[in-house]
Amino acid sequence: MRRSVIPGFGLGLGITALYLGVIVLLPLCALILKASDLGATQLWAILSSPRTLAAIRLTVTMALAATIFNAIYGLLLAWVLARYQFPGKRLLDALVDVPFALPTAVAGLALTALFSKTGWFGGPLDALGLQVVYTPLGIAIAMAFTSIPFVVRTVQPVIEDLGSDVEEASRSLGASDLQILSKIIFPSIFPALLAGASLAFARSLGEFGAVIFIAGNQPMKTEIVALLAFIRLEEYDYPAAAAIATVMLAMAFAMLIVTNTVQAWQLRYLGRGNA
Amino acid sequence: MTPKPQRPAQPGWMVTPVGAGPVARFVVLSVVAVVTLFILVAPLAVILTSAFAQGVGVFLRNLGDPGTLHAMWLTTITALIAVPVNILFGLAAAWTVTKFEFPGRTLLIALIELPYSISPIVAGVAYLFVYGSQGLFGPLLEQLGIKVMFALPGIVLASMFVTAPYVARELIPLMQVQGTDEEEAAVTLGAGGFATFLRVTLPNIRWAVLYGAILCNARVLGEFGAVSVVSGNVRGQTTTLPLQIELLYQDYNVAGAFAAATTLTAVAVVTILLKMLLERLAGDEHPSL
Repeated sequence: MRRSVIPGFGLGLGITALYLGVIVLLPLCALILKASDLGATQLWAILSSPRTLAAIRLTVTMALAATIFNAIYGLLLAWVLARYQFPGKRLLDALVDVPFALPTAVAGLALTALFSKTGWFGGPLDALGLQVVYTPLGIAIAMAFTSIPFVVRTVQPVIEDLGSDVEEASRSLGASDLQILSKIIFPSIFPALLAGASLAFARSLGEFGAVIFIAGNQPMKTEIVALLAFIRLEEYDYPAAAAIATVMLAMAFAMLIVTNTVQAWQLRYLGRGNA
Repeated sequence: MTPKPQRPAQPGWMVTPVGAGPVARFVVLSVVAVVTLFILVAPLAVILTSAFAQGVGVFLRNLGDPGTLHAMWLTTITALIAVPVNILFGLAAAWTVTKFEFPGRTLLIALIELPYSISPIVAGVAYLFVYGSQGLFGPLLEQLGIKVMFALPGIVLASMFVTAPYVARELIPLMQVQGTDEEEAAVTLGAGGFATFLRVTLPNIRWAVLYGAILCNARVLGEFGAVSVVSGNVRGQTTTLPLQIELLYQDYNVAGAFAAATTLTAVAVVTILLKMLLERLAGDEHPSL
């Protein structure tokens, strides 16, 4: 350790370690401990039950759908904010933060009202024979809403920092817009897009408040993993709740490794671009 | 409206950049405007119109519902405890990982960010296995007559878990850029640790601290998943405002649910406005950031 003249290392580290230990690590250890009580066979029985599998499959598929939507919409939104000047730009920039600032329960309530049969969108969609509320589509919409800012806020600064020199050079060499987009701009923002999308996907996997309002929560059909863990608790089936929560924790760790790897790649990429 | 100052690194365009042509611009802007209207603006609009659908009188009566008032009080208390504690933690954590080099520093930063990637439901379930009757300390706490789960302490603890990274996350990148020179100079000139922090460090990071605290506050007020597990959702006793919204909705009292939701929506709007203000203030002081 490099010696520093600045005081407060012991105190700072003490507070940090104590807080993280008590608030974050202790509960996670207790959860893993509880799940490890189960033993492999019992754990497997809980996790391989049709209802658990259906919930996991539904959650992952809908999170993926929401992420793909957000990758496209978020990229366009970031592009517009970074490269265009237009009236209302500050307002649009502020709107991007709505999903982070608005409580998920409020978002869930609002989306359900919008897409119910009597709602602004639900009515016309129902006339077209499309039901959103109480279907997997509703789950995807709720997940998409809550994770929009991740893509925008990761991609936006990268587009802002794109230098004009390479683009101008390729233009003067006769490249078309499409060639510049696909060969120069997209490769430069792709790492950031991937990083933002993986953050959005991770968030969607664990989303609860916004989803349970609109999902209808029917077992095997519109039940997400987080809700299943919650239901098992309410049934006092603590081992099953522990097992499902541990799987969610494992998924979160896996996504953490993925997002960190992608972000490290993005940073290396940025560093190379600036050098 | 003041345009964003152009970064000095970016030279002026000699040719038309991609997408700046009138047709491309119109198409992209329209698509973004329409989608934004549908998925970001409409939810906000529907909250307000639904809350006031039956008039201001009904809205006020719904807002004055004893259950909703109690939920507001409980939510406020939770924020009043969780936010200051998180500010202290954020300051201590950021100070430790940015002013010193030590083995395990990267791991510590990863741990600070960990709650960000964990589902609030997992956090709630995990807390139950510490303080609940099936948990590690549950039986002991029961003997001592201390109630943590299904009571205020549990709600506060779960809220702290989900918001632990909020202040630290704002401070760490900023303090990393600022380095340690100013503090080292202050200490060398004979200032004590506390004076250095108060007079040198804090003025440099005050907007970031405030910004982190505002985001943390918004999240504490709105936390649903973790709190719904640990609160037990006892009507009129352990329902925070987001839980109260769900209870009212389940009772088919949609107008009441929307009335309660307007208060949290107002907090969200104020949060965003303050964020814009702080970004401008911080931007004026640190044009490079």
